[in-house]
Amino acid sequence: MNKTYTVSIYSENNIGLLSRISAIFLKRHINIESLTVSECEIEHVSRFVIVAAMDEDQVRKIVGQLEKQIEVIKAYYHTDEETIYQETALFKIKSDLLFDERQIQNIIKNSNANIVTVAREFFVIEKTGRRHETDALYDELAPFGIMQFVRSGRIAVSKAEMNISALLQEFQNA
Amino acid sequence: METLKEKLVETESKASIKISGAEAVIRCLLEEGVDLIYGYPGGAIMPVYDELYKFRDQLHHVLTRHEQGATHAAQGYARVSGRVGVAMATSGPGATNLVTGIADAQIDSTPMVCITGQVPRHLLGTDAFQETDIIGISTPVTKWSYQVTKAADIPTALAKAFYIARSGRPGPVLIDITKNAQFEEFDFSYKKCTGIRSYKPKPVMDPAKVEEAAALINSAKKPYIVFGQGVILGKAEEELKTLIEKAGIPAASTVLGLSALPTEHPLHMGMVGMHGNYGPNLLTNECDVLIAIGMRFDDRVTGDLNTYAKQARVIHFEIDPAEVDKNVKTDVAVLGDVKETLQHLLPLVKENKHEAWCREFEEKHAIEYDKVIKNDLFPAKEKLTMGEVIEKINKRTGGDAVIVSDVGQHQMIACRYAKFNQTKSNVTSGGLGTMGFALPAAIGAKMGSPDREVVAIIGDGGYQMTIQELGTIFQTRVPVKIVVLNNDFLGMVRQWQQLFFDKRYASTELVNPDFITIAKGYHIPAKRVTGREELDGAIDEMIASEEAYFLEVCVEKEDNVFPMIPTGASVSDCRLE
Ligand SMILES: Cc1ncc(C[n+]2csc(CCOP(=O)(O)OP(=O)(O)O)c2C)c(N)n1
Repeated sequence: MNKTYTVSIYSENNIGLLSRISAIFLKRHINIESLTVSECEIEHVSRFVIVAAMDEDQVRKIVGQLEKQIEVIKAYYHTDEETIYQETALFKIKSDLLFDERQIQNIIKNSNANIVTVAREFFVIEKTGRRHETDALYDELAPFGIMQFVRSGRIAVSKAEMNISALLQEFQNA
Repeated sequence: METLKEKLVETESKASIKISGAEAVIRCLLEEGVDLIYGYPGGAIMPVYDELYKFRDQLHHVLTRHEQGATHAAQGYARVSGRVGVAMATSGPGATNLVTGIADAQIDSTPMVCITGQVPRHLLGTDAFQETDIIGISTPVTKWSYQVTKAADIPTALAKAFYIARSGRPGPVLIDITKNAQFEEFDFSYKKCTGIRSYKPKPVMDPAKVEEAAALINSAKKPYIVFGQGVILGKAEEELKTLIEKAGIPAASTVLGLSALPTEHPLHMGMVGMHGNYGPNLLTNECDVLIAIGMRFDDRVTGDLNTYAKQARVIHFEIDPAEVDKNVKTDVAVLGDVKETLQHLLPLVKENKHEAWCREFEEKHAIEYDKVIKNDLFPAKEKLTMGEVIEKINKRTGGDAVIVSDVGQHQMIACRYAKFNQTKSNVTSGGLGTMGFALPAAIGAKMGSPDREVVAIIGDGGYQMTIQELGTIFQTRVPVKIVVLNNDFLGMVRQWQQLFFDKRYASTELVNPDFITIAKGYHIPAKRVTGREELDGAIDEMIASEEAYFLEVCVEKEDNVFPMIPTGASVSDCRLE
């Protein structure tokens, strides 16, 4: 049964690793829904967060293949219940609306969104939350006209511990 | 390159010297103990070739006639010697011509380092002359790859390349070096790589798993071992043999596992897989404990997974954690270096004999002998069979030769009937099934084991895929023996057309050239055999030859290879006709 899995990969920061990682999904015909790469809590170590729908057998095998890559230190997979995750969405909207449509200000307030910037022509709202929350805000704002909309990939931390520092320490001491 | 991520140890040449990147490439190879490489020059790798000229007394370069040939030769060399094969090519077409060999080495776990030249750094990404993104192209088929754009990175990149290629589950590594990096001068010193922090070549053995495996083996009534190339790569041939003998367990090999156990060993029951032996296939579904050692349950081995060994408890000895439960669900996974895990297992295994169970294999063998083997090896019909050629070669070499086979019917026949007395004797393209593999691989195999007889068994189709390597044989005088089993067909495809496509022979008939004239053009002694009475003499002459020799044997055109498990069928549906 297909489910949304968050795959987290700790790796050395290396050119080319991204294409190695995406090739592993491609080879199995699995669509990556979102992908985020950033530095993590350990210096020089990158963390990939990849969201994709598949069954558990597939995700287990994919994580196995990921861990085989030379630069991958460790890979994990988690279900939504096992992670704390968020996405950020930005909405660009005509400035007039902010002043002409009182409703918009209420929507922003009620949805816990922030106004990031206000310019002459447009203003930008930022909303961080679960997918359904940014979707809901989108639906509310859409009737007024959205000039641009963009949503980040998922970022997630697991509820359980990931012992990367210990793993790296092991190498240093070996 | 960062060094806190790699563990590097100083080798002899401690004092650093100022040299070019190109010279550094050669010195790195020498530091790694390389004395033979295969390759083809071109613009972007010329500085390295210039250094090869200077170092020609220490590092022998074999000029193949195509870069694909260089990779297969490096593979053949690696497969018989256990050392890392090295292939070199220029950028663009030189590099892309390596890809088939790299993919072959990846799927068959062959240690190989490929070095490619690349356009100068400032031209990267400009679609410069002979620029291709070989890192991008080769990523899915390499164990690791890296582009070097400055000379100072060459030693670390190559040290890592060799370490990665040969450690753990071996595989191909590609290092792409921009031309400016080859010209640049820098202070050279070499440190061998002994570890990379993100890479664990061998999982740590869990003694509890070994104990669990031992208990299961000891309680088994019908245990059955299927072994693969992992045994050879892990140098665990002795341990395998001891296990089989001590516990009295019948064993069968995958295609790539062949020669890990001598063919004539009484407990060697043959080969599994699509064209494997009858008993080993059928009895997979009769055993109570299936012990897989250094093999990966390829689909050509298992057939339909839903009907594969469902009755059995499965033990899997494996170095690559990603292989466990990939295709077949395991009950006990024993991860680690197979030599180490088997050594731990041996004292825990009780001495045993499973005579009645072994007899089941013999009974199945008798059926297969009657229906298939007898007719293959001792045919009553007029036309020659592929099997009798292999049988004659066995007789003449006594089973001591390295047999290099190409891909198709002749390959399956060679794997089924060749006799192997010692390990690392069966060189064939298993996972990728690369036609054109055998001729160049035989060159590498002979150079990697000069004291052994090397016989290549090739089809008339595959032969013409890399036939240009006759030029390499002529130039290097490498004494390989080449046998082309000529059926004037792409035989294996024709067999499928006959069995599954109502004999519609679409594009499988070959109108062949005069192979003897071609061989003679390269001054290679050559003979064609069309009748049984000439076969013995011709094989004697070939084996006795001190130089390379080409033998064409015209065989029955429309013979089929049996037994056969049709694609997607169960191992229980192994057909004898
Ligand atoms: C490079 C490549 N192309 C196509 C195939 C598909 N294929 C597998 S076996 C075979 C026929 C081989 O014919 P031949 O070399 O004459 O050997 P035979 O089967 O007759 O012994 C073909 C075309 C392949 N394995 N490799």
